[in-house]
Amino acid sequence: MWDLCTNALDTARLRGATYGDVRVMHLRQRDLTTKNGQVGTLSQSESIGLGIRVLSNGAWGFASTDRLTRQGVAACAAQAVSIAKASALAKRSEVVLAPEKAYVDSWQSPFRKDPFEIPLETQLALLLAADAEMRRVKGVTLTETDMQFRKIDSWFASSIGSRIHQRKVISGCGIAATSFQGEEIQKRSYPNSFGGQHALQGYELVDSLDLMRNAPIIAEEAAALHSASQCPEKVGTLILGASQLGLQIHESIGHPIELDRVLGQEANFAGTSFLTLDQLNQLKYASSIVNVVADARLDHGQGLGTFAYDDEGVPAQCTDIIKAGKFRGYLSNRETAHLVGLDRSSGTMRTESWNRLPIIRMTNVSLLPGTWDYDDLIADTHDGILMETNRSWSIDDRRYQFQFSTEIGWEIKGGKKVRMLKNPSYSGITTEFWNSCDAICKFDRWTLWGTPNCGKGQPMQTMGTGHGASPARFRNVRIGTAFSNQ
Amino acid sequence: MKLLGKAAAELLPERDLRRIVDTVLRLAKSTVAEETEVHVDEVANALTRFANNGIHQNVAEHGLTVSIRTVTDGRTARATTNRIDEDSLRAAIETSLSLAHSQPKDPRLLPMPGKQRYPRVNRFVKQTAALSAKDRARAVRRACDLAVKKGQVAAGIYSNGQSQSALANSRGLFAAYRETHSEFSITVQEGPAASWAKANSADVRAFDPQKLAARACEKSHLAVNARELAPGRYTVILEPAAVLDLVGFLFYDFAATAVADKRSCLNDRMGKQLFGQNISITDDVYHALQQGAPFDGEGLPRQRVVLVDRGIPRNLVYSRAAAKAAGKKPTGHGFALPNEYGEAPMNLVFGDGDSSIEKMVASTDRGLLVTRLWYIREVDPYEKVMTGMTRDGLFLVENGNVTGAVRNFRFNQSLIEMLQNVDLLGPAVRAAGEEAFEMVVPAMKVRNFHFSEVTKF
Repeated sequence: MWDLCTNALDTARLRGATYGDVRVMHLRQRDLTTKNGQVGTLSQSESIGLGIRVLSNGAWGFASTDRLTRQGVAACAAQAVSIAKASALAKRSEVVLAPEKAYVDSWQSPFRKDPFEIPLETQLALLLAADAEMRRVKGVTLTETDMQFRKIDSWFASSIGSRIHQRKVISGCGIAATSFQGEEIQKRSYPNSFGGQHALQGYELVDSLDLMRNAPIIAEEAAALHSASQCPEKVGTLILGASQLGLQIHESIGHPIELDRVLGQEANFAGTSFLTLDQLNQLKYASSIVNVVADARLDHGQGLGTFAYDDEGVPAQCTDIIKAGKFRGYLSNRETAHLVGLDRSSGTMRTESWNRLPIIRMTNVSLLPGTWDYDDLIADTHDGILMETNRSWSIDDRRYQFQFSTEIGWEIKGGKKVRMLKNPSYSGITTEFWNSCDAICKFDRWTLWGTPNCGKGQPMQTMGTGHGASPARFRNVRIGTAFSNQ
Repeated sequence: MKLLGKAAAELLPERDLRRIVDTVLRLAKSTVAEETEVHVDEVANALTRFANNGIHQNVAEHGLTVSIRTVTDGRTARATTNRIDEDSLRAAIETSLSLAHSQPKDPRLLPMPGKQRYPRVNRFVKQTAALSAKDRARAVRRACDLAVKKGQVAAGIYSNGQSQSALANSRGLFAAYRETHSEFSITVQEGPAASWAKANSADVRAFDPQKLAARACEKSHLAVNARELAPGRYTVILEPAAVLDLVGFLFYDFAATAVADKRSCLNDRMGKQLFGQNISITDDVYHALQQGAPFDGEGLPRQRVVLVDRGIPRNLVYSRAAAKAAGKKPTGHGFALPNEYGEAPMNLVFGDGDSSIEKMVASTDRGLLVTRLWYIREVDPYEKVMTGMTRDGLFLVENGNVTGAVRNFRFNQSLIEMLQNVDLLGPAVRAAGEEAFEMVVPAMKVRNFHFSEVTKF
């Protein structure tokens, strides 16, 4: 693979590139699903190719190919330079990159059980058994299960001399029960909605989920939701379960801190951000108990945003985003770091595949654990609603106003969970919401959740991001708006 | 191999696709596969991206995948690779068989279909394929210059590409299709205000980037000094892109499998007057403004299907398996097997009306003109309540005139209710948004549209 990389970089240099980086990637994926006791999807895929990004005449060009011959790679590199020269016809300024060292390294994400070595029969048998457990519950009309495994090898080389090989193993698994009764569809998912939990782990992730114990629980809740009371519309106290809080972090902290959005580079599609440059170190983003980091290092956990180097050859880092409530940092790459006067990229350039340009992406953007025991948090809540497991999510294109709904809610009265609520939802303005946070649970309730489906960029790329969170409480939140009809 | 010219890379000739297909089918004969299906898909795309009045990203890709489904002893599975040497294709066949063997027998599995006949569609335009990076850069430069002259900031994309697919199976079915595509999208910001325009087509000559840029510049200027209005129910005039992105969430419900699974909003509602009598919807891949192959994931020819006739949902679409289960005929809308979703209509064409956005504005005492919508998600799957935001140009209409800009709203609106409340329809056009695949839809004037909250801009 290194010969292909060298060939591409040499061709680019000869054609006039002043900088180049190249990624050869080999992606393998296995997908298994069941529905109502039958196997649904059963497929495996592999893809290998090369993408090269170059600077020429002060502008960017990128080209990719799956023709991994000397001739194919050279043609691809030449095309990238040709595109860069075309870009220069309409460039705004010369691209300058923040300095970075060259690295020669090889890294593999840790895993105990290679999911591609576990017999398919074993994997399908578990999914079908969990599916059967859910179907045993009266009132359940649709059962679904899924597993997804990925193995990604990438060889990165750049014209400053880096040569980095990384291998990542990613696993995902989840189950869901749906109940249709009268004029209502209710659904419960485990351990999270939209495909379950995803992490930079091997099959040990699946082993840890205990699907068989949880299958009947969510099936019974899906059926029971029909007779639960409607979540009221009011302004009140909200406790978010950890997975829902993970998505809240993703949408209302993770996206607005992307420096490409802040600088207008995503204005046409993903949008911009309310976190203009003058807000750095000034904005009181959240209450003083809130601390958020963007941490791609393995020390933070095996999340979907964990790696050793980003796809621009910058080592994984931990960046303070919110410290004691104050806004402290952005997600940057080498180009945007230079534009805003940072010494160095924060190492967040990531690409979906060999045929996509790396762009700024969340790594693991996590809320650090607080000081509350979960039981104490519930006992301390006189009147509130606990919401768990995302059902819908939406936020404006500058990341101010959001609305989420969850699969299930629980009314809390006098420090106790007293009854189930259906169709829970809440909404708010990002900074008002985070400033209303008055309690965060300890590390024993903290989970590094995986969001496997974050879309960004043109052409669109899907990326996995990590979000550590433990349950937390928020005051004076607008609740029930999604189902209001005023 | 002839690739990577000055424009987007050229596609392989159809005979090369046939050669790949024939190789797979030949190799599969020496295995235990009883039936084999092969999809070959090739893309050559290029996209120029601009922001802050200049190009900041500029990409091209070329890729070809071979996806193989085998059947053995009543079981099926799929393996996909982008390596086309014989060893790799043989390995993909073996992987597919190994996956298939790992599962229980599927008593519902149907034999693969035999040879089919397809209506001809021609959506390959050489001028689109020939558009080069320099051509795109020059057009982007002109669009940005327009914004610069007005003290505005432009961001967007200009893309073109070509793709082709071949689908064949061991029962003699062979289908092939190629098309081109092009797209220009622009967002223009003037201070905190913004507006947007977008078009796409198989034929790059079907739209003018300069005209789209001029429209976005003009509307962005109109969008300055937005004032805040109270949330509530408003009459809205939805431009086609806004209609598209909302109604796009309705059509997976027209899958027979979704109804059988009881996850469709059409459960217990087929044949009833669900929408207004002015709403008729057809799935029609052969419509002049549509794109896409005339065959489905199993190689069946796509049928034209009337989904909604004067407000009444009349028909669903059926894959072969869903049709067998329901005692119906397949409509040619199935996804590639194996999958759990069955099928979906992908080429929607709305019936239109004789109004226009100008006439809708003129007929409105008080309402809102909506350019586009954003981040739409489903809140209630049966009542089809959707939430989302307005974006890039929300305007107040008073006494028949656009009188100013308004801060963006969040909506929580049932699509079913919305399509009961349509007062006026414009001509159906090929619309492009960001949340749904392209459709042929009209602008709509809708009463009692529910905005629940307002944002800060």
